[in-house]
Amino acid sequence: MKYIDEFRDGDIARKIGARLAEEVQPARQYSFMEFCGGHTHAISRYGIAEMLPPNVRMVHGPGCPVCVLPIGRIDLAIKLALEFGVIVCTYGDTMRVPASNSLSLVKAKARGGDIRMVYSAADALEIARQNPEREVVFFAIGFETTTPPTALAIRDAQRAQLKNFSVLCCHVLTPSAITHILESPEVRQYGTVPIDGFVGPAHVSIVIGSQPYEHFSDEYRKPVVIAGFEPLDVMQAVLMLVRQVNEGRAEVENEFSRVVSREGNLQAQALVSEIFELRTTFEWRGLGEVPYSALKIRPSYAQFDAECRFDLRYQPVADNKACECGAILRGVKKPTDCKIFGTVCTPENPVGSCMVSSEGACAAHYSYGRFRDIPVVVESI
Amino acid sequence: MSPVKIAYIRPLDIRHGCIDMGHGAGGRAAAQLIEELFLAAFDNEFLRQGNDGAVFAPPALPPGARLVMATDGHVVSPLFFPGGDVGCLSVHGTVNDVAMSGATPLYLTASFILEEGYPLADLKRIVDSMAQASREAGVPIITGDTKVVERGKGDGVFISTTGLGVVAPGVDIAGSNARPGDVVLLSGTIGEHGVAVLSQRESLEFETTIESDTCALHTLVAAMLQAAPGGVRVLRDPTRGGLATTLNEVARQSRAGMMLQESAIPVLPEVDAACELLGLDPLYIANEGKLIAICAPEAADAVLAAMRDHPQGRAAARIGVVTEDAHHFVQMNTRFGGRRVVDWLSGEQLPRIC
Ligand code: SF4
Repeated sequence: MKYIDEFRDGDIARKIGARLAEEVQPARQYSFMEFCGGHTHAISRYGIAEMLPPNVRMVHGPGCPVCVLPIGRIDLAIKLALEFGVIVCTYGDTMRVPASNSLSLVKAKARGGDIRMVYSAADALEIARQNPEREVVFFAIGFETTTPPTALAIRDAQRAQLKNFSVLCCHVLTPSAITHILESPEVRQYGTVPIDGFVGPAHVSIVIGSQPYEHFSDEYRKPVVIAGFEPLDVMQAVLMLVRQVNEGRAEVENEFSRVVSREGNLQAQALVSEIFELRTTFEWRGLGEVPYSALKIRPSYAQFDAECRFDLRYQPVADNKACECGAILRGVKKPTDCKIFGTVCTPENPVGSCMVSSEGACAAHYSYGRFRDIPVVVESI
Repeated sequence: MSPVKIAYIRPLDIRHGCIDMGHGAGGRAAAQLIEELFLAAFDNEFLRQGNDGAVFAPPALPPGARLVMATDGHVVSPLFFPGGDVGCLSVHGTVNDVAMSGATPLYLTASFILEEGYPLADLKRIVDSMAQASREAGVPIITGDTKVVERGKGDGVFISTTGLGVVAPGVDIAGSNARPGDVVLLSGTIGEHGVAVLSQRESLEFETTIESDTCALHTLVAAMLQAAPGGVRVLRDPTRGGLATTLNEVARQSRAGMMLQESAIPVLPEVDAACELLGLDPLYIANEGKLIAICAPEAADAVLAAMRDHPQGRAAARIGVVTEDAHHFVQMNTRFGGRRVVDWLSGEQLPRIC
């Protein structure tokens, strides 16, 4: 644990906090988006927002793969389980995301769907091997981090000539989502995005490298600091962003250089591009249709593509009208600006996408930070 | 020597046998299972009477004493895990539920729901472990029941236990008793039970030396109550939902808030590491041998000292205070220096994917 403790040292955190307080310019507002759910989680769990100067605001972006999964996609997985009788395997978090008709994968399971929680794509493949008489579909979600293992499972399935395994591919891409946040038509509708820079994803960047972010610093003049998921990583990244803003720089910096390189993992990238190709468009929950933001399985592997195999048709399903997720994911509004936050919409009963997993902006604020909306009496023991 | 020919009685084949529907049908097979397995293991005067219920004289209760009764179903999967099994768990769980009212547990009952096809050898291990736990706790199992369900309709073995105990006069322990300014004590490190069980789950199996902390806590409770009569206001064992959920329950019942100090909450490094790996938070992981106590501020030192003097409370710690808070928030100053809400667990705690 020593390795981890080093990145959670409260004393160092306080020192970085003090330096931040010195360096921020009091007259200025800083707002930074942490794109990745892992950062949102660290910020909430360690109470980092409390340790930043009041004029530095963190905006939770759309980087939680569960939160951005649109209802229509979960409907497809449920349909596979309940109507086609296949074994649907998926990551645990996905089980609770609300779908149409008040269903979710957990509820579909209770209705008799054979839905199993797995910890990796390889586990799903193993289930297919053990049940040769059943169709097994891996409901694959996630960003660039979880994509290579899915690609590997498909390649292994092909090599083993497995006849009963396929993948419902919902893998999405980080850079396209960031671009969309910066320049989608909604930006005009919601007003200018008040984002001064990005904390870049950790695990995603191990795979794709830091290079894809150079576009944001060059084209949009937004600084990007790639950071690890430990709380000190996040604090350090915020300090680096503040410095870039103060100095008028917009560069891609790598706080996480202990693991991330400019090129990323070329082998993983090659594997992914062998199996997958870009979708021209893909619906994100909260963001709507985002061009070139997701992957689908290449035609040469079509037999492993559940969408082809079961002739699935995607049906978009609208989010609740009261939901402000779109504005929240773009940093234009705060969770508490949503009229149904914490009353109609809670983690037990999520209405919008941001309330689904603890990495979503609304759920994170509800679960970890809502005391900040209310003054508290006792400070310490 | 009995006049019955040995050859006429075929004993239960515990080594190779399985539960079949006959063991639940109330006929000879059922009687044999009860006699050769359950009675042999739990043996006591009440069971020996062989009646449907246990008849006993009520304990002599001084004025002001009260009875407490608690019941609990045990459905752990897998049934065997490092440091325990569903058998000892079913005894400890109910003894602890009784003890958390500040009571001395007296008797237990046990009901078994067995799945057709379950190996008798495994059942015997479970029953023996249960018998040992009940003997060690000094709380006999005095009546019980056995039912068999068809293959596929149960998960091997389900056990329900009910416990009866006595609360001494003057002891008033309830989840609604916490008051602002009270001190929150925890009897030891958290998360071992949940992590030990997780480590055995199919598809998750990982190597670990972590063992479940399952144990009966009534002697610890007795020592604490003795150390500061009237000073302990709330007792709870943070089982399912972990420390976080338990404290939220108490906060809501008492209409108060809490402020915890993360650095004061003891967690074994191995548990921390396993949770890190699985993306889980130790605050939400189940325990089976720990308790939290909320004490009057002036009693806290004495209670803490009594806990640390007891083998089950060596690592006891003062982890927070009860606050006045109309929203009943349980909050925590993080080790990192920030502050956060420690919320109810919503749904099941599931490993994060990224
Ligand atoms: S509170 Fe719920 S409905 Fe409102 S923006 Fe957040 S997730 Fe959407």
